[in-house]
Amino acid sequence: MLMLPAFAMLAFVFVLPLAWFFTQALFAEGGIQQIASVIASRAVLQAILATNWISLLVTACVLLAGYPIAYYLANRRGLRFTLVVFCIIVPYFTSIIVRTYSWMVLLGRAGVINRLLQSAGLIEAPLPLLYNKLGIVIGMTYVLLPYMVLTLFATMKSIDRNLLLAASGLGAGGFAVFWRVYLPLSRHGILSGALIVFILSIGFFITPALMGGPSDVMVAMLIERSVEITLDWKSAAVMSLFLLAVTLVLYAVYYRITDLRRLMGA
Amino acid sequence: MQRILAGYVTAMCLLLMAPIVIVVILAFSGAGYLQFPPTALSLRWFARFLGDDQWRAALWYSLVIGAIACTIATTIGFFAAYALVRRPIAAKKLLLSLLLLPVIVPTVITAIAMYFLSARLGLVGNVLWIGCCHAVVALPVVLLILLATLQGVDVNLERAALSLGSSRLRLFLRVVVPLAAPGIISAALFAFLASFDELIISLFLTGIRAQTLPVRIWNSLHMQIEPTIAAVSAVLIGITGLVLLLDASLRRWRAARTGAGT
Repeated sequence: MLMLPAFAMLAFVFVLPLAWFFTQALFAEGGIQQIASVIASRAVLQAILATNWISLLVTACVLLAGYPIAYYLANRRGLRFTLVVFCIIVPYFTSIIVRTYSWMVLLGRAGVINRLLQSAGLIEAPLPLLYNKLGIVIGMTYVLLPYMVLTLFATMKSIDRNLLLAASGLGAGGFAVFWRVYLPLSRHGILSGALIVFILSIGFFITPALMGGPSDVMVAMLIERSVEITLDWKSAAVMSLFLLAVTLVLYAVYYRITDLRRLMGA
Repeated sequence: MQRILAGYVTAMCLLLMAPIVIVVILAFSGAGYLQFPPTALSLRWFARFLGDDQWRAALWYSLVIGAIACTIATTIGFFAAYALVRRPIAAKKLLLSLLLLPVIVPTVITAIAMYFLSARLGLVGNVLWIGCCHAVVALPVVLLILLATLQGVDVNLERAALSLGSSRLRLFLRVVVPLAAPGIISAALFAFLASFDELIISLFLTGIRAQTLPVRIWNSLHMQIEPTIAAVSAVLIGITGLVLLLDASLRRWRAARTGAGT
């Protein structure tokens, strides 16, 4: 009974628009053949490839950058712990458009980094840091890093320290303890962290739209373009359905392996 | 090894904070273009932000839509979270996973679908409707915070109230809500923030009538990177900081309460 308002709200403002959009746009004139031609078109295939590639790259970067931070957090208390958490939480809750803008200011041709490097005499021409894949990966890694750190931290916090002591007591060196005991024990966190980052990556829009170059078109951007620019609702619906299906399948996997309450690191 | 780790974490923390700090500093720059470090300080970009009718209107719309979304999401989310924590519901995890869907489904898809329907119903640019749409996205945030809060509220206090003849309504108003108050306020704050920072749904639904701050930033970014946006960003960062600060003191309040045995 008490859940009724929430589900009613979800049904009317979320599920109904989606269902209406898909049925109306997909089954308008043209039918199934057009659907196949949309999926097989060059632009769409390229966008799917680019989306996968960028998302994998971002997931790898976020994992590599985030693992040591989470490890540090899991083993610290007091002021240092609070300070590091502060540095992760503040960007996490800052508007994505503001975070993206900040990186554009830093990475642009006449941006902060290029100017500093030039005035230091380290480079002559400005480095192309923005409006390409590098820009997208930097921006998305920055936005998604907190999800990974918070997920990993939750797993690492529950690792029994005695297992590590036992391993070193049995003669394992520092590296072996980490590689053979700690890393496998944190596997669960790695998997769910990577999954949630990948899920969020493939649907990303704001950061790649602002920081990418003309050839870096991700699926979400293509969907937006076909609505805003070419008014091609059918293509938008086909691509949306595809992206939605992939997202939901991955979410189902995530659902099976993770405690959902950890989703936002709350 | 420990030293390398500490060094790396310090460097990463600086890297995480740097973009935000630099934008705030740039907002106070006196130069006509983005120059770091700034040679002179001034408030001219803030003056331009607040002196511009369109920016002021955007701030107003952001605040109003945020307040609507926050009220709806917190109220609805509170009841749902209460049911999830207290009632013997089968498939709790499945229900929760459905309620969290709005943050999982790519926002572009949600936004386009909402736009598709809103355009038919003539609701594009309707502030109340945009607030409802934002509430859907804010609902997961509210739920996750309130689930944690309500789990910390002693169920025996509710049983005591019921056995002493309290009605359902009184139970909620006099026992559950006061006990969960810090968490509810936290949830409301983050729900407001979720709406206040939301861009993609607003992009489609606000039309030209009710543009919010993120939408105006987005539109300006496509034209040029001017320092006024730095000032607007600094305001948004300031509001985020304020929410986090309030949340931290609410957590302390909550901790003090549970420490006192309530």
